[in-house]
Amino acid sequence: MNHQMRLRHRGGKMALRQMKDKERGVIIAVNATGEMGRRIRDMGLVPGAEISIQGRAPLYDPVAVRIMGFTLTLRNNEADYIMVETESDKTLQESEKEYAAA
Amino acid sequence: MQTTIALAGNPNAGKTTLFNALTGAHQHVGNYPGVTVEKKCGAFTFNDKTFNVVDLPGTYSLTAYSLEEVVARDFLAIEKPDIVVNIVDASNLERNLYLSLQLMEMGLPVCIALNMMDVAQKRGITIDIEKLSNLLGVPVIPTIARNGRKGAAELVEALYKMVDRNHKNGDVVSPIININISYGIDIDSALLDIEKIICDYSFMTDKYPTRWIALKFMENDEQIIQLAQKHGELFERVLCDKCLRDPDSCPACQQISRKCDTQLMQKVAQIVTRLTQHLQQTASTYPEAVIADQRYGYIRSLLRQGVITHHYDQNRLETSDKIDKILTHRLFGPLFMGAILYAMYYFTFNYSELPVSWVEGFFGLLASVIDNFLSDGMLKSLIVSGIIDGVGGVLGFVPLIMFMFFFIAILEDSGYLARVAFMLDRVFRIFGLHGSSVMPFIISGGIAGGCAVPGIMATRTLKSPKERLATLLTVPFMNCGAKLPIFLLLIAAFFQEHRALLMFLITITAWIGALLAAKLFRSTIIKGESTPFVMELPPYRLPTIKSVIIHTWERTWQYIKKAGTVILGISVILWAMMTFPAPPANVDNSAPETALKYSIAGRIGSSIEGITQLAGFDWRINIALLGGFAAKEVIVSTLGTAYSLSDADPKEVDTLEQRLKSESNFGPLTALSLILFTMFYAPCFVSVVCLSRESGSWKWGLFSVFFNTGFAFTLSVILYQTGSLMGF
Repeated sequence: MNHQMRLRHRGGKMALRQMKDKERGVIIAVNATGEMGRRIRDMGLVPGAEISIQGRAPLYDPVAVRIMGFTLTLRNNEADYIMVETESDKTLQESEKEYAAA
Repeated sequence: MQTTIALAGNPNAGKTTLFNALTGAHQHVGNYPGVTVEKKCGAFTFNDKTFNVVDLPGTYSLTAYSLEEVVARDFLAIEKPDIVVNIVDASNLERNLYLSLQLMEMGLPVCIALNMMDVAQKRGITIDIEKLSNLLGVPVIPTIARNGRKGAAELVEALYKMVDRNHKNGDVVSPIININISYGIDIDSALLDIEKIICDYSFMTDKYPTRWIALKFMENDEQIIQLAQKHGELFERVLCDKCLRDPDSCPACQQISRKCDTQLMQKVAQIVTRLTQHLQQTASTYPEAVIADQRYGYIRSLLRQGVITHHYDQNRLETSDKIDKILTHRLFGPLFMGAILYAMYYFTFNYSELPVSWVEGFFGLLASVIDNFLSDGMLKSLIVSGIIDGVGGVLGFVPLIMFMFFFIAILEDSGYLARVAFMLDRVFRIFGLHGSSVMPFIISGGIAGGCAVPGIMATRTLKSPKERLATLLTVPFMNCGAKLPIFLLLIAAFFQEHRALLMFLITITAWIGALLAAKLFRSTIIKGESTPFVMELPPYRLPTIKSVIIHTWERTWQYIKKAGTVILGISVILWAMMTFPAPPANVDNSAPETALKYSIAGRIGSSIEGITQLAGFDWRINIALLGGFAAKEVIVSTLGTAYSLSDADPKEVDTLEQRLKSESNFGPLTALSLILFTMFYAPCFVSVVCLSRESGSWKWGLFSVFFNTGFAFTLSVILYQTGSLMGF
């Protein structure tokens, strides 16, 4: 039961595109290769980097991302290459603890 | 003793400001050979030494993907500057050091100028400069380039010391340090293998450290791989020629030929492929990804050793982010952008009117002085109608260009231009363009009344080559101020009651035409994936007056210098075409129409009448449109001459209007066809010159002349023929 709960709550791993405004997370993988991959990595979007969604353009694309203290823009189809583990996972773990305690 | 210093750094790190602070007025702007990337050089003297400073294009990295990166890298490798001053944004240390590491890996003597210390301080960032300097092994000088020259003097002194010390060490500036970042055991051992091969073949070992070359192979660097392939071929050919002659008599050859069994590239490729497969299987990643990760990892571990202290949360909202909440807001953002663009437009075109009239007045005066001074004849006609009108026409744009670039410099330096690109990218991407394309379009006449010349020059803010070229080729379709008189004339003559509607339709048609043409180009001749939009939104900054003025003046001067010389020649040619040959004496040439019809231009106009009739144009319109190549303003005045008005002053359009109305073969349909043609046909010569220069090739300039004319003619014929069939 507990294990299943966890699986269900592991919505914490997602593509950058799916992140909500103001949501924070840590990059776990960048799946792009070639020029795209290099541009993304050169700007510091590498595994382990903390990011948060700063906002979106009026037409919801591109997205502005906060990383290492500066702001970066990406198109949604570029954001798809970046996998993120969001912080909501932490709060879920906490809620899990509460659940266990109960 | 002269010393060359290269300034390298990220865009927005304050490179140009520091360059200005170091060199003052002693600078000149040119292009790197063969490319349109700007090269700024300057110089300053300190004690007994002269320092030549080269401002490299701003880059985030030294891969070979963008033109700027290739240019920067080639300069560093080939010119071998004595010192590389790496400008690092202190408020953004982690990402900025990524470039620093690559500079150091290239084995270059680096000195770090830690810029924007004030911004860092405001953000609650403290940096232990001595520790940073010790850990990296390079001098680090704190500077605040924008507030006067704080730190500039210290920087100069440090540079002086570096040169001095290096010269004492045998007059050769040696790399200060060679950092070797560990990329993990797999990559490190593969790097060693590749290094060995590189040494065996002595492949570019005179230019780069072997480890760096090995790294580039691992990163799949296109430029290095190409060089290696060439090197391999060359190597083989040289050997085989000798060996073929007498393989046994040349022991050296034999020795090398064993090495030649497999080419350099094949050997390296083997190692890289093996490693890639290994990394794919074990960690589902690629060598280049691991390398980037490790570089950032190295920086992070370095900074964690007490170099940097954050007093606030790093992702705290700065003032800049608060401004963005409004300026890129879903509703207010676009509204504000519209207001800004409109205001810029309004100021430029209204307030440049006065200086434009001064310039025009000056040339008018010059013309009248010469008019009085010289007797009537060919020489006078050449000087007044050819040279003064032509060159004056070009220089008349100067105040406009200055105003435009003044505002663009402000928008660019303040960081707002990046927001415009951010907000509009979604729309422009549909047509294969980039968010940054919007500015050139607007300037060229997106709101009727701009000018394509500054519009073409404004494409420099676009960093993606394909999108930039597509923008360049389509901005001349916008309705510039010079096209307006002909539109107004025709509207007044035939559509007086629908003036506003027609002007609106004309503007919309230009946009649709330009965007569709861009889409066409991007899916045919400039095909290719769109360039990634990974772009920094720099924090808002108050632009400094000095940099805005320098920026404006550079652009303006380039325009005067280059466009001016070519235009002079072209205006003389056009003048000759409309003057020679003169009608024989027995023909009554009192009417200007007769002389014009007799000239080369007139003959051309008449000879193509058969074709142009399809769009409803007779020989008079043909001549006017031909004159429009020089400048679109000429269309109205030439029409005036062609329709035998004694005074072809464009101010007297009223009379021309009456005349056109009364013409039997000139109806509303002809007018519409002519409006459509004027909108889309060949750009004026000034535009063509600028377009050729900005695209780096006359090929594109010529292309725009022929393509646009063909495009416009097709549209006009369709309109005219359909209209005629429908009985208009």
